[in-house]
Amino acid sequence: MAKAEPSFIIELIDIHKSFKGQKVLDGLNLRIEAGKITVIIGQSGGGKSVFLKHTIGLLKPDQGEVLVEGVDISRLNDRQLNDVRKNFGMLFQGAALFDSMTVGENVAFPLREHTRLKQHDIQEIVERKLRQVGLKDVAHKMPSELSGGMKKRVGLARALALDPKIILFDEPTTGLDPITADAIDRLIVDTQEHTNATCVVISHDIESTFKIAHTVAMLYHGKIIEVGKPEDIRSSEDLALQQFIQGKAEGPIQIV
Amino acid sequence: MIIKTIEIIGRAFIRFIEEFGRVMFLFLATVAWMFRLPFRLHAIFKQMEFVGVNSLLVVILTGTFTGAVLALQAYHGFRLFSAESLVGSTVALAMTRELGPVLTSLMVTGRAGSAMAAELGTMRVTEQIDALYTMAANPIKYLVVPRVIAGVLMLPVLTIIADFVGIIGGYIVGVGLLNINSGIYIDKMIEIVELDDIFNGLVKAACFGLILSLVGCYKGFYTTGGAQGVGKATTQAVVIASVTILISDYFLTAAMF
Repeated sequence: MAKAEPSFIIELIDIHKSFKGQKVLDGLNLRIEAGKITVIIGQSGGGKSVFLKHTIGLLKPDQGEVLVEGVDISRLNDRQLNDVRKNFGMLFQGAALFDSMTVGENVAFPLREHTRLKQHDIQEIVERKLRQVGLKDVAHKMPSELSGGMKKRVGLARALALDPKIILFDEPTTGLDPITADAIDRLIVDTQEHTNATCVVISHDIESTFKIAHTVAMLYHGKIIEVGKPEDIRSSEDLALQQFIQGKAEGPIQIV
Repeated sequence: MIIKTIEIIGRAFIRFIEEFGRVMFLFLATVAWMFRLPFRLHAIFKQMEFVGVNSLLVVILTGTFTGAVLALQAYHGFRLFSAESLVGSTVALAMTRELGPVLTSLMVTGRAGSAMAAELGTMRVTEQIDALYTMAANPIKYLVVPRVIAGVLMLPVLTIIADFVGIIGGYIVGVGLLNINSGIYIDKMIEIVELDDIFNGLVKAACFGLILSLVGCYKGFYTTGGAQGVGKATTQAVVIASVTILISDYFLTAAMF
């Protein structure tokens, strides 16, 4: 039987983006496969967050196209863009929980915004999502009472509230201890298997990248210089890529 | 040297115009979102409580003592030409036309305008504002609209309270301490102060409420640069809003009276 063509849910075509004259993305091309975990690695300050913000329309490219399910989202108006965004969930680096609301209200927020569910049903979904990320009895707490790892879990629960097709992770393990980081990695893998969502992760944590990725892409100098399965990436002969995954200060990548 | 000076002035002017344009843009966006359903009554009431109810004590203290000191100062001046009976109307006029709206707005700017900048600024640098966008919820609708509505509605309310306690403060000093005849004091006040004086003062207060909430939200909303940025945004919000209130007070007064 012939192998099914992979379907790409997000395609970035020749993206250019500058800030104050400084080129951050310089002809970036990447296709992200549906129902898989794609990890984009690269240096801090190398444009990974800028890349991620393009995929959900928080930033618009100076040039190029961002296709989500075939639609160029950089040309949509606010209302259309909001419709597209309902397919997304995003976990921010610092979790970005609303600190004026309880944990439960945070997770309920997207449901209150975009569904007409009754309070009782919302409560039930919130409980379920929190259980799914391994938390219970926290709904009444304020975000400031939680540890970093718990905040990320709540952030993920909130991102999952509307059962999104695509989940974006902005450096999910940065700033966590190794054990918590591993737990978050597992959570990403479990979540992906459980929901079959497309996961896009940006990271500079090499160990965690090879643990979770179906596909790894390396962002360097505003371009994707290599995309492939984790084992292909490991054995790549690209010097910059090798320098990065081995974590060496010497090599073609200059430390800024 | 001259060219350099012109350059600096020009650059400052361009920056001012740019910033002014962005404030206007935020204002127009706020007005547009204000009339779009659903109305977030809960958020609006919460902000009204914060801007209005929680500012009561400071406004009452400011109003009372301003009225009292006005009476004291006016008395010493007016006594020189035996016009003590006009102390009451002077206090009432000054309070309703100027000091009520202006001092109330300045106090609320320090209390609530700064808090708006700090809160929105923190939300910006911790990506909570981005998070709102990603959840397809417009942060202007969610954060700015309730604050601006609260500012415009609550400032006149606080001002009328400041006017009232200011007049009481003046009365206590004038009649209670300085022994001006109570009947004459009140009669003159009623004779000279007109409803328009009070009303125009309240219109001013609403304008100042718009200024302080809009500037506070603007500075917070576009904060960059982490904790330091939040501090800077907060300071700038208070300074810019206060100065703008005082400048616009002149022009509003010139147009009204």
